[in-house]
Amino acid sequence: MERNYPIKRIIDDTGFFVDTTFENQIDEKLVKDLYYNMIRIRTFDRKAINLQRQGRLGTYAPFEGQEASQVGSALVLKSGDWLFPTYRDHGATLTFGADMTRAYLYWNGRTEGCVPPKGKNIFPPAVPIATQLPHATGAAWAEKRRGTQNVAIAYFGDGATSEGDFHEGLNFASVFKVPVIFFNQNNGYAISVPIEKQMNSATIAQKSVAYDMPGIRIDGNDCFAVYFETKKAFDFARSGNGPTLIEAVTWRKGAHTTADDPSKYRPEKQGNDSVDPLLRLELFMKNYGYWDEEWIQRIKEETIIEIDTAVEEMERFPAPIVDDIFDNVFAVMPAQLAEQKESYLAHLGRQ
Amino acid sequence: MTTQLKGPNHKIVATKQMTMIQAINDGMKLMLEEDDRIIILGEDIGKNGGVFRATEGLQEVFGEDRVVDTPLSEAGIIGTSIGLAVNGFRPVAEIQFLGFIYPAYEQIMTHVSRIRMRSRSHFTVPMVIRAPYGAGIRAPEIHSDSTEALFTHMPGIKVVCASNPYDAKGLLIAAMEDPDPVLVLETMKNYRSKREEVPVGKYTVEIGKGKIVKEGTDVTIIAWGAMVTVVEKAVEQAESKGISCEIIDLRTLYPIDRDIIAKSVQKTTRAVIVHEAHHTGGLGNDIISIINDTAFLYLRAPVERVTGFDVPVPFYALENHYLPTPARIVEGIEKVVHF
Repeated sequence: MERNYPIKRIIDDTGFFVDTTFENQIDEKLVKDLYYNMIRIRTFDRKAINLQRQGRLGTYAPFEGQEASQVGSALVLKSGDWLFPTYRDHGATLTFGADMTRAYLYWNGRTEGCVPPKGKNIFPPAVPIATQLPHATGAAWAEKRRGTQNVAIAYFGDGATSEGDFHEGLNFASVFKVPVIFFNQNNGYAISVPIEKQMNSATIAQKSVAYDMPGIRIDGNDCFAVYFETKKAFDFARSGNGPTLIEAVTWRKGAHTTADDPSKYRPEKQGNDSVDPLLRLELFMKNYGYWDEEWIQRIKEETIIEIDTAVEEMERFPAPIVDDIFDNVFAVMPAQLAEQKESYLAHLGRQ
Repeated sequence: MTTQLKGPNHKIVATKQMTMIQAINDGMKLMLEEDDRIIILGEDIGKNGGVFRATEGLQEVFGEDRVVDTPLSEAGIIGTSIGLAVNGFRPVAEIQFLGFIYPAYEQIMTHVSRIRMRSRSHFTVPMVIRAPYGAGIRAPEIHSDSTEALFTHMPGIKVVCASNPYDAKGLLIAAMEDPDPVLVLETMKNYRSKREEVPVGKYTVEIGKGKIVKEGTDVTIIAWGAMVTVVEKAVEQAESKGISCEIIDLRTLYPIDRDIIAKSVQKTTRAVIVHEAHHTGGLGNDIISIINDTAFLYLRAPVERVTGFDVPVPFYALENHYLPTPARIVEGIEKVVHF
């Protein structure tokens, strides 16, 4: 099966072309878009870990190592498309246009972090595993029913493929031929359990055969492979051809969350720089004349300012109000809930 | 045959004799006609019209896009309904039997019930889940569960359960118009057990409101769904012994109509709660709490519960021993009256 689903690459570890099919579609704008967004989300991610260490954020799920997968895919989305992320996909949501202050707020235990900017269809991150796959299928189904060309993308990890909802989401999408992309980031581990203990199949992409949908396996650390193959899947879906399963083989460089210690279950050497997607893009830029020191310095500085501002805004954000826990359960609050709220607020008033 | 009946505000409305299953079918048909956002989906509901014929003829009229035969996949049905609902549609999902809803439990508990809360009402899921429930029709095992309390315990979803054709149609339409998710439990036992005059057009029964089925002065009996019919039989016997009974058909299980319970128990000073769900953790406990909060000092006897037992619903050879019977209910009534 592995032979049927070779890992597609456009550039290799040293940043040289191994496949020139898309060479003429790679221009300065695309390279800079990819690089800028990858630098931006890596800086966001590292900042989040630091903030957690300082007690300024709650438990955080880092995505370092997966920047090419998240940026390369999310850059394909157009306004009107839907993004169904997991908790490890803030890199993708930020690239699509989520608000950075709110991304930090999410990790600060605030529901404000689940509210997307107006006009951006970004669902709150799925915390249970694989439950977002049927949601994405349903949202895409609605777009198909309305006759739009909008597409939904669901992000999920390798562990998610063991859940029933993986099957149910893909099966519905296949039966009703809806415009949805199932974007798997196979980062090798579901917390501590390696892929070979997760499944007895050589690849995740091959599971597409069961649904008679295209399945593609790409190097998830090669931003060009991710971008062009995802774009192909989106174009396929927009033209009414239905879903695609993409397996982006990548690597979670850090821990599962800030509460996790991967040295307990994973050899250190597996996570070295040879799989770093950002380093690979930098080598490519140097190899092919896209390296622009001045621009890079500028965007790095701008990114730091943007992130510091977002953190500041997150920390200055109005304090949460207790009413919130009662007010958004129903459109109209049932009497017994209103009574609980009133009684608790009165209790607080007496303290 | 269409006849005439006085509706609310003494307006004459056309009515028709309908069974509960016909009334449910009629409710869905009216809403499919009125609201393009409605999409009905579930297993065997299209060409076959549903295993109980609740959706009979709907696919023929409204097409395969609006009355959708889905794969046999409860989590898939509820999960995709969530996606449809957050993206502008109003799905009405049928789960073939309540006993088969458990694969979708995660979707309901972690998403249907809390997307509004998680997104500060940015995303909402105005969807209906219909599920036939209950024992007593000699169905194969697992087809007979009454696990409403699993859902009333879950914040963020409403639960309704009609006992008769009129309420079944009115509550279903109200559920389909509700801005929040509603689980509609349908008693299989009463699907075809009786016919009554039901308005032909659209009307709603307010979610959150119970109904006094029969007034009385000595004891309040609280029930819903199939148990209302059983209670009515028990009450005939109790009244022949000189006990005046008031019957409340709760109709909505969340949010419960506390006022109707409070007022009635304050008046009768005694209460018996009847449900076919298991005893421990059953909704009866919540009703006792309501009585405790609102009528404790009026009570002349401890509140009695007549319920299913803390056993899995038995295979049908013995299911009638599981279900509350008129005789058990009469004993419960006598116990509180003669306390």
